[in-house]
Amino acid sequence: MSYTLDQKQLDKIEDVLKSELIDNGVRCVFLIDMAGNIITNLDNGEKQHDIYSLAALAAGNFGAVSAMAKIIGENEFSLLFHKGKKENIHFNKISSEFLLITIFGNEISLGFLRMKVAESVEHLKGLLEPLSREHL
Amino acid sequence: MAFVNLKNKLIQVKIVYYGPGRGGKTTNLEYINRKFQHRINSEMVTVKTHGDRTLFFDFLPFDVGLVNGYQIKIQLYTVPGQVKYDATRRLVLRGVDGIVFVADGMVVRRDTNIQSLRNLQENLASYKKNLRTLPWVLQYNKMDLREQGIPMMPIEMLEQDLNLEFRRPYFPASALEGTNVVATLKKIITLTIASIREELF
Repeated sequence: MSYTLDQKQLDKIEDVLKSELIDNGVRCVFLIDMAGNIITNLDNGEKQHDIYSLAALAAGNFGAVSAMAKIIGENEFSLLFHKGKKENIHFNKISSEFLLITIFGNEISLGFLRMKVAESVEHLKGLLEPLSREHL
Repeated sequence: MAFVNLKNKLIQVKIVYYGPGRGGKTTNLEYINRKFQHRINSEMVTVKTHGDRTLFFDFLPFDVGLVNGYQIKIQLYTVPGQVKYDATRRLVLRGVDGIVFVADGMVVRRDTNIQSLRNLQENLASYKKNLRTLPWVLQYNKMDLREQGIPMMPIEMLEQDLNLEFRRPYFPASALEGTNVVATLKKIITLTIASIREELF
């Protein structure tokens, strides 16, 4: 079973990610599905990451944390945040199938990032809705 | 669940190596990583325990070139084989497009092979998938041990135990020496791409 996104859909998604996140100082953003596939990724051109490995680990990590949530009686943890010295990583669930991951430095506050991610997620939900569960 | 990116003409495909613990799943990926270094642009990712056993998964992205004008990116994963890591195995199976079941050919591992295949079926069922419709192949591993006098199962017996009702392609192999590792990989890639192509084109 597979699913498809065309140029128009991907352009719209990338517009949202660029205007809401990259233009506001996020270094790298990628949208992945829970299988670990990369739907799209954008960066500010400063640093290249091994995004395929990152996506595989991110999907696995998110799945593992969701399983932890269930054990303690939560339905899910919808966002995760890992803090480093220079780089930070933030995961936000979009729907049961998609995850938005942002990498950002210390020049952006976590609060501002969360606000921008939340706005992006609302836009992306609408764009990804055609790929409803029956297609996935 | 392969993802087709029409903008970049890229298809991402997920293939999972499944099977009992210490059966040679990671060794398969390590061999592929060495053999096809020129096609692999990144380091193999492994999440291991201190005892060098797979804790979460191994991951290796692998480019196979163009099919129908689409760049195909194969994502190879292994699962942890130990019985206690069932939740992790289920997680890794999410969105799987093709499977290699790596059975351990040693006589003493007969039951663990059967249990692992049953476990695979149960975990696939949680994603509403099954071995009747999914592309998959079997690899009967560790065949090199026969020469060292270690009791090994005859291929017919492995077939009887694991493949009788499915009749899928199978490969006697030695992941350590690389025997039939590439043949197994080629077969599962071919079957998986054929299945995706049938769906898309």
